[in-house]
Amino acid sequence: MPSSGAELPTTTTTRPTGVPVTRRAAGARRRLNRLHLQRVRNGLPAVAFAVPVLLIFLVFSWGPIVRGLVMSLQQTNLIDPVKWVGLENFRYVLTDPAVGQASLNTLWFTLLALLFGFPVPVLLAMFLSELRGKSWLYSTLAYLPVITPPVVAILLWRFFYDPSPSGMFNTILGAVGLGPFPWLDSPSSAMPSIVLEATWAGAGNAVIIYLAALTSVRADLYEAAELDGAGVGRRVWHVMLPHLRGVLLLMLLLQVIGTMQLFTEPLLFTGGGPQGSTMTILLLIYNYAFVNGDYGAATALSVLLALALAVLSAGFQFATRGWSTE
Amino acid sequence: MSGERGALSVTDRKLTRVRLPFVIGQVVVLIGLLIAGLGPLLWLLKAAISPTQDSIRSPLAWFPSGEVQWQNLSTAWQQGHIGYYLGNTAIIAAGTAFTSLIVCTTAGYVLSVLRPRWGPLLSAGILATLFVPHIVSLVPLYLTVLKVPVLHANLTNTFWAVWLPPAASAFNVLIVKRFFDGIPREYFEAARIDGAGSIRVFTSLVLPLSRPILGVVVLLSIISSWKDYLWPLLVLTNPDLQPVSVALPKIAKVTELNIQLAGLFLALLIPVALFLVFQRAFLRGVGLSGGIKA
Repeated sequence: MPSSGAELPTTTTTRPTGVPVTRRAAGARRRLNRLHLQRVRNGLPAVAFAVPVLLIFLVFSWGPIVRGLVMSLQQTNLIDPVKWVGLENFRYVLTDPAVGQASLNTLWFTLLALLFGFPVPVLLAMFLSELRGKSWLYSTLAYLPVITPPVVAILLWRFFYDPSPSGMFNTILGAVGLGPFPWLDSPSSAMPSIVLEATWAGAGNAVIIYLAALTSVRADLYEAAELDGAGVGRRVWHVMLPHLRGVLLLMLLLQVIGTMQLFTEPLLFTGGGPQGSTMTILLLIYNYAFVNGDYGAATALSVLLALALAVLSAGFQFATRGWSTE
Repeated sequence: MSGERGALSVTDRKLTRVRLPFVIGQVVVLIGLLIAGLGPLLWLLKAAISPTQDSIRSPLAWFPSGEVQWQNLSTAWQQGHIGYYLGNTAIIAAGTAFTSLIVCTTAGYVLSVLRPRWGPLLSAGILATLFVPHIVSLVPLYLTVLKVPVLHANLTNTFWAVWLPPAASAFNVLIVKRFFDGIPREYFEAARIDGAGSIRVFTSLVLPLSRPILGVVVLLSIISSWKDYLWPLLVLTNPDLQPVSVALPKIAKVTELNIQLAGLFLALLIPVALFLVFQRAFLRGVGLSGGIKA
């Protein structure tokens, strides 16, 4: 779940402060109590049941996160011995012109995806929530693209984006006198084409999440609004939308964080081209690590991206503090 | 469910000025969703059994050359080895679901039922990973799989490389723990008084009671491993082990279009069938994920 910057639950242990005279006795009793507690609550079963989660998280989650931070300060290529290089990797990454270009491309994608991809599912879910009984048919249809494996979808859409006049989309648009468009073949339209496919692939998921939030609106809120003389429009505006606010803000943040990590689409659609117009940060990280074998630069760029996302979500949480009323 | 009514009331729905746009809206949205949701699927079915030239020259025409090539499907299955790769995908998905289940049920049991003193610490450690973008650990995770710490085993080109890492899912642990939290505590006390140990409580009480949530975890992990591309591409370089998602782009490079499209259709068939059969559990699981995120 890509998300960052929110507060974590902290563990605090509060101990009763003993009176000086009885401190020793109290201390002994506490030790005894703790021993007893340990036997009951820290017993072997709890430890045994925690073994799978501890092992898996240590090796495949906590470990790699720490290792990523460490590696960004090292030079590693798996052949030469590991060397500490301080901030050298960061300096290299920040002066690489490809990083600037990739950052701009990624931001461009994020912006386009927000413009197209964010409002559609909201409106659709609001509409579907009014259908009640029949909405399952609509949700099923909306969810079909989500169930399509991305590789299948991308290979299929690559065919749809055939730039010749007989290509799928060009045939359809040609029927109303538009095109033919170059789609993925031109630096200016390649990214919007990817956005279109990504929106199609992701919208259904958001629809279902909004729909779930909307079914929990209490009917008496609408009734009260209606009794007070609110028309349909004002019921939507003053009851339905405020109810969605928390989920909307969260989905907005998650979408930005998700789109900043775009990878499979540019790799399979265009490989980053034409003329680097669809090279994203993640694709660049992939190239650093698995094409050039420069793991230090790859992790440094990953850390930078993660930091940017953390700052972004912290800023977002700060700015929208008090808006989300859950 | 409190959904007897929405923003529109029963009387509203009888008014022509509300009803007419609403009905028209329904038809428009339905047509739009049919085209966007079902359209590509049906077109792919048609293209899978069409000659290559038909799909390229006039993709929207109904079998313009009059030829239906049913054999494309069997060619893709046998010569494209789609069947074999689908088998790999199924093995990967099943293994992932299994490891995820073990990790999230035992972790949920510790955090929700056994509640040791160090429980909050473990819980905080798991939650913290929700807030770290996956990208930070992509490269180090790859190196970890290349050489597992302490064991020094190389997991690449074994299914363990794709089975184990997805099990470290904070999301799964969280939804399972929340479900366990909802089981009445009296059950556990009663079981303890009857002399059941922690293992017995887990296997004969907690697990049977939580079948719905376990179904959601299984479905979600099967689908996410079915959709995964980057990770298996990195760690399964041996073609004999690769899932269909990794194999398809390679097949696309060397095969004729009609066989390629037939392959895509076959790869799409199983997830869609799974979804249609378990649709209710799916949509509930996704709605649930929204509830957790919010």
